[in-house]
Amino acid sequence: MFYRESGDFKSNYAADQQTFPIKFDRIGVAIFLVFAFFIVPFIINDYWEKSIIVPVLVWSLAALGLNILTGYCGLVSLGTGGFMAVGAYASYKLTTSFPELNMFLVILFSGGITALVGILFGLPSLRIKGFYLAVATLAAQFFLIWLFNKVPWFYNSSASGMITVPERTIFGIAVTGSNSPPWATYLFCLIFVVVFAVIARNLTRGRLGRSWMAIRDMDIAAEIIGVAPLSAKLSAFAISSFYIGLSGALFFSVYLGAAEPTEAFGIDKSFLVLFMIIIGGLGSIFGSFIGAAFMFLLPVLFKNIMVGGFGWPTDMVQHLIFMLVGALIMFFLIVEPHGLAQLWRVTKEKLRLWPFPH
Amino acid sequence: MKLRSLTAAAIATTLALGSGVVSADLTFPSLSYRTGAYAPNGIPFADGYADYFTMLNERDGGIGGAKINFIECETGYNTEKGVECYESTKGEGALLYQPLSTGITYQLIPKATADGIPVHSMGYGRTSAANGKVFSHIFNYPGNYWDAASIIIKHILDEEGGDIKDKNIALVYHNSAYGKEPIRTLEELAKKHGYKLTLLAVDHPGQEQKSQWLQIRRERPDYVLMWGWGVMNQVAIQEAANIRYPMDKFIGVWWSSSENDVIPSGSGANGYKAINFHGVGDDFGVYDDLRKYVVDTGKAAGDGSNLGTVLYNRGMYAAVLAAEAARTAQEIHGVAEINASQMRDGMEALKIDQTRMAELGLADFGPEINVTCESHGGPGQAAIQQWDAESKTWKLITDFAGADRDVIDALIAEDSAAFAAENSITPRSC
Repeated sequence: MFYRESGDFKSNYAADQQTFPIKFDRIGVAIFLVFAFFIVPFIINDYWEKSIIVPVLVWSLAALGLNILTGYCGLVSLGTGGFMAVGAYASYKLTTSFPELNMFLVILFSGGITALVGILFGLPSLRIKGFYLAVATLAAQFFLIWLFNKVPWFYNSSASGMITVPERTIFGIAVTGSNSPPWATYLFCLIFVVVFAVIARNLTRGRLGRSWMAIRDMDIAAEIIGVAPLSAKLSAFAISSFYIGLSGALFFSVYLGAAEPTEAFGIDKSFLVLFMIIIGGLGSIFGSFIGAAFMFLLPVLFKNIMVGGFGWPTDMVQHLIFMLVGALIMFFLIVEPHGLAQLWRVTKEKLRLWPFPH
Repeated sequence: MKLRSLTAAAIATTLALGSGVVSADLTFPSLSYRTGAYAPNGIPFADGYADYFTMLNERDGGIGGAKINFIECETGYNTEKGVECYESTKGEGALLYQPLSTGITYQLIPKATADGIPVHSMGYGRTSAANGKVFSHIFNYPGNYWDAASIIIKHILDEEGGDIKDKNIALVYHNSAYGKEPIRTLEELAKKHGYKLTLLAVDHPGQEQKSQWLQIRRERPDYVLMWGWGVMNQVAIQEAANIRYPMDKFIGVWWSSSENDVIPSGSGANGYKAINFHGVGDDFGVYDDLRKYVVDTGKAAGDGSNLGTVLYNRGMYAAVLAAEAARTAQEIHGVAEINASQMRDGMEALKIDQTRMAELGLADFGPEINVTCESHGGPGQAAIQQWDAESKTWKLITDFAGADRDVIDALIAEDSAAFAAENSITPRSC
């Protein structure tokens, strides 16, 4: 009834291969984007910006990055927090060293620097895989954080080792610092997320994405049919780190505004992003978004209901949240081991057939 | 059907995510942490802070006739949660933030200044915020980390008869913005007094300190200073006891000075010293009222067992200073229901002398406070306390003394000038 593909005929390859082959999807996404770009900026306030939407956008980008590496190329990484720190410190050094540099370029260059670091730490992936690779990337996490904490050059020798973003404007409107209006930071992040989600979607459908998936599914077979493991694995590391670097740069410069390496980019962040893609769905662009939203918003939602709504003591609520979120993660993984994206896929299939399920 | 229930769920989610805005009289949010690795220290402070406001509501009907609306928000000592707490409470007309975390304070310094809400980082946060000309909305009276470092070194000077040349002093610190704060001061003082400084960083959360204490055991520094928080304190004191380091040469900052930190080590912790900027114990008049109006009526924030502990006292003291600042603001502006910018004026004009302290039931609890437009740092006086494991009590063993102002003031001027240049702030003329 709602979700029809009958009557939606494709007469050329381009139409047949488009991202959303079903008209209903296309309209839905278009409405959503119009809403996100043209309505939300007018109604967004500080609370929604700083506590809900911008963090979800930033985490989505990180999840997208890790999903490219883990979901599409099958390489497990526990270095996400460290790579985010690379993005954050790169953006800090770039903004403070080149005050005239446009903020868009700062974020992009930060991603580029992180990509280089990612390639470096991706080298071991050519020899080791699985849990052993996870441990090697764990080393990246600890080494990078230690480095940013140890070498004063990275934090411009400030007394406390804290990095604080200076105010930077685009077209005269502040996008970083405390005077930036909520809609500006929101749009700034949204542009990055939308553009790079589209790029990720097309990358994963193209030759590169297929070579990643071939490596993921069986690397020896992939090698035999002519996929070069070196370029496939290192490109996965580079592109994944680029995304994570972008998210780290936005995390520091737009979302938080100040950070210290141990607290903001610790090992718990690596696990958080890994959980996001496992809950959302490995090897799914949509799954990265829904996983990030699930892992970030659920605690906030529970907190607002239980503290704001019921007025329960904050510590009890915090403990309840730990238990509830944990229970929900288990619940969803038992119901659908392939993540929330698969749940959505199944729902779509059912909607297509409805009301005649056979 | 399915779509409708989905829509309903989406709307419910949207409503639940947004925070409700309630107008209130005098809103004091408490960004506390009762969970996580820092909870042992966060709980007594949060209890003291909450109980004093409850007592004011019960006994006096609030401050100057206006009721206090107290909101607690759990941060878990985590900066992102701290930001969420700040954003969700500021809409309710928050008058003052006391985040009890140096990391969260650094986050809030630009945000709160832009929003016009004062932040009181009492004895923590960014030390150079003491310069009121640059930091208009940030206060850190009655003392800051650099005062603490200097007063501890002065105490060591007294112990050593005024000469600590070639002495070896080690600093065990939490490897974060908080722990790194005193390093620059200690380095400056090392130049002045000629001691040798060894730095030993402990990573979050601080349970793993074997290698640091092995190094201390090998090098046997003459004194060990500690900038620790949460479980790190307990572990460090236990490790010091294990290697039989002389406890009276082991001196903690005021955040490493609570009962929770020393009790786990039993008699091994006997003689451990720490600096403190207020009195210890519950031998103060205010406790009669706290017991009468709050604990005995079952309105206490915790289970009531923390009364009189160091951090409970400190939380209560933070609330006392906040309430006194609100009272000052009411006097200045002639209204009972002040707003955040009036609260800021009250904090900047805050004067508490010993007569007022006695009226509050806190005779000789702490040094006099006199905040001015230039100096948001207060008197910068503190005393050294020592732990008696037998009777399980802290005792102040020195008088409240000041810091080495020549060194500290120069450092504050330098650091705040750097901040002003970085953020293009023109210092106010006071």
